[in-house]
Amino acid sequence: MSDSDKRTISLPVLGEVSRRTALKAGGATLGLAAFAAAVSPLAGLRGRLSAQELMQRHYKELSADDKARIFERLENEAKERYGADVKIKDPKAIPGVRYGYAINLSVCNGNGACMEACHRENNHDRSTNQSYIRVFEMPIGTTDFKHGDSTYTHDVPREGKYYLPVQCFQCENPPCVDVCPVEATWQEDDGIVVVDYNWCIGCRYCQAACPYHARRFNWKEPQIPAEEVNPDQGYLSNRIRPAGVVEKCHFCLHRTREGRQPACLEACPTGARIFGNLLDPESEIRTVLRTKRVFVLKEELGARPTLFYFFD
Amino acid sequence: MMRGRVLIPIVVFAALLMSIGLVRIMTIAGASPRSEFLAATMSTETVPDETPQWLVEISLPDGPPRVVTDRVDSLGRAVTVSCASCHSNFDANSARRSADEPPMSFHQGLTFQHGNLSCVTCHNPDDYNALRLADGTRIEYRQVMKSCAQCHAPQARDYERGLHGGMTGFWDRTKGPQKRKSCIDCHDPHAPKFPSMTPTFKPIDRFLEPTRPGD
Repeated sequence: MSDSDKRTISLPVLGEVSRRTALKAGGATLGLAAFAAAVSPLAGLRGRLSAQELMQRHYKELSADDKARIFERLENEAKERYGADVKIKDPKAIPGVRYGYAINLSVCNGNGACMEACHRENNHDRSTNQSYIRVFEMPIGTTDFKHGDSTYTHDVPREGKYYLPVQCFQCENPPCVDVCPVEATWQEDDGIVVVDYNWCIGCRYCQAACPYHARRFNWKEPQIPAEEVNPDQGYLSNRIRPAGVVEKCHFCLHRTREGRQPACLEACPTGARIFGNLLDPESEIRTVLRTKRVFVLKEELGARPTLFYFFD
Repeated sequence: MMRGRVLIPIVVFAALLMSIGLVRIMTIAGASPRSEFLAATMSTETVPDETPQWLVEISLPDGPPRVVTDRVDSLGRAVTVSCASCHSNFDANSARRSADEPPMSFHQGLTFQHGNLSCVTCHNPDDYNALRLADGTRIEYRQVMKSCAQCHAPQARDYERGLHGGMTGFWDRTKGPQKRKSCIDCHDPHAPKFPSMTPTFKPIDRFLEPTRPGD
């Protein structure tokens, strides 16, 4: 190839420069473009991620004043992005209370009202029908999820099947908490495992560590019409979560720490769900443990769930 | 003087019973007037050292059902009659197990699928505005759960313990009241099997998307 030929294959816009220079220049341009592409999510955050949010400390280090400021900011964000007037509160664990949940598999018929109640109560994304509960249709004789199906749409109950609602079991020995590299998830004194959605980095280790598929990754910013946003929100529970964080069932702590029943329990048309204080010997949940045939899923893993299943 | 000394321990004992949840049992037995259980007010009948508990409200029928006729009144509302308006003229047929055969001019469309019971197993042939127990004892409609409990003892026991039938309101009754259903809210007494349901809500999981029904 002659010298003149070399010139003709140089990049035309660069004119009379050598191929090496052209490649260098091109590379630099591409590098800039790549860098711009890499930081573009940050550009998208401009105006959304306030300095205050960026500098926010871990939940456990927040003073009452810090919390008041943060809750106000989050309430304003909810107004701005969703057009909803919400109230964010932070109820504390009640001393002397450790929550337990039990589900009666003899009467659960798989209608899924619990999933829908969770969806509405906890401000889940409407487009994906997200919910902290999955109800599996299982063949009688096994508790192995691989035989289960959560996508059934036929009338229930069906002969030869039973229905297994699964949500976070608020394990006494939660493997998900151990693996979190930033301590964004922890167990509270009443046994509820919570997530600080503003501290979570979205690495999803906890999701991998959970043996029950109880944790969900928030793939995108939830879409909820203003009139459907539940304004009764807790900082560690059902406030609208940002995209890119992990979330999970919290036994409706914004309700249960005020003495109310969880939303899924109230919605159950079959009365299969029983909730209460494990430390109160007279409670309904303790009566279940004392008088029924109770089991937990994957007991051999040693996570010690506090959501129990039983048969009449 | 003596009477006063005897009464105080009885009152305290009764208060203790109320506070530990026997309120519910008494409701089923129908020993207390219904208004007591509808009033979602603080119970004052507790022993001093215990936090007062809110009451459990159970939805019970107001009284005997009214039978809808084919007549309408001047405002276009359906005319209803009491059971006794016809049944006081008939002798009870204790063999009847169905509403399908004539001369049942009323009770059209009533499905009966409740074991081998006859109508008068539960309905009181001496007074159709009431029910009766197996031993012939007359009970009011609002005591219907007592009738159910005669055969369905395990369910009645679990109900008393709060393990059957569900509830709404507060798990902690020192903070607020509870509402509970009665047997016949979920189980049609003439066909008590819990009905089949259609699931109306399905989460869409990313890993299931390609195989989701309808795709």
